Amino acid sequence: MKAKFLIPLALFFVLVGFLAVGLNRDPREVPSPLVGKPAPMFRVPELAEPGKTFSPEDMKGQVWLLNVWASWCVSCREEHPLLVEFSRQQAAPLIGLDYKDKREDGMSVLARAGNPYGVVAFDGDGRVGIDYGVYGVPETYIIDKAGVIRYKQIGPITTEALQKKILPLIEELKKS
Amino acid sequence: MKRILALLLLALACGTLWAKDAAPLAEDPAVEKRMIAISEEMRCLVCQNESLAASQADLAQDLRRELRGLIKEGKSDEEIKQFMVSRYGDFVLYRPRLIPTTWLLWAGPFVLLIAGVAALIAYLRRRSRAVQDAPLSAEDAKRAAALLEEGGEQ
Repeated sequence: MKAKFLIPLALFFVLVGFLAVGLNRDPREVPSPLVGKPAPMFRVPELAEPGKTFSPEDMKGQVWLLNVWASWCVSCREEHPLLVEFSRQQAAPLIGLDYKDKREDGMSVLARAGNPYGVVAFDGDGRVGIDYGVYGVPETYIIDKAGVIRYKQIGPITTEALQKKILPLIEELKKS
Repeated sequence: MKRILALLLLALACGTLWAKDAAPLAEDPAVEKRMIAISEEMRCLVCQNESLAASQADLAQDLRRELRGLIKEGKSDEEIKQFMVSRYGDFVLYRPRLIPTTWLLWAGPFVLLIAGVAALIAYLRRRSRAVQDAPLSAEDAKRAAALLEEGGEQ
């Protein structure tokens, strides 16, 4: 009979548990349906040299990173030094996608803060971004040798994400 | 002097208000109507509590442009929905689809309702068993009458 009075208490704790989990999750992180799917194809001009083009096809057979950034994006600035460091380690080629930006602005950022990218593709009207489900720059995709997206980092790359997730995943994908 | 400065500042502020671009008018009202009907059912990913139709976020404007394009290409509503879901996931849909992961979501309220009704019935049954109808004894009836009389006098 006594146990009956514990039922509401138990229910309350279950509810608190759900709320605690819910509150600690970032609602801005929407799981991407693209993880595990082939990276959408595109061919766009490069940022510095509009005559040259870039396409994910060019990267077939390599594990590579696609980092979506823009000169107007504040978090990208935060992330930038980490990208420069990452490119020094040469763990994998890093390709930039300058998203909804002006060419001059994008180029001046790279001139000022350093250019960590092997190639910077230019997506002025954001069409490529839409195909990749970009909704908040910066976003970073890890794409494997077969051209399949294996991971998506939403928001700036952190040292923790880099050490715990990105670098180990790159190593693992390189082996396969 | 201060007042003039304030006025000047105000005038400048107004200037920037006026300088905002006029929203592009719909070229084709039919396309626009369908686009709005579809985008009202979708979530803007930048400001997640706004629909794609209502949001002024840059991405929402681009997506509306994209939707207009798809409508003009003659895509069906279902195809357009698929276009959005394949990029942004089921999260863009305000009306969740009926798939195994949403079964609980859709059935939950009804399950709770049935459970509640079952609990209510069980409770009522138990209560009616606890309070049995017992005929009044002659003594009880006398007491009741006396009490009623007393009440009537007051």
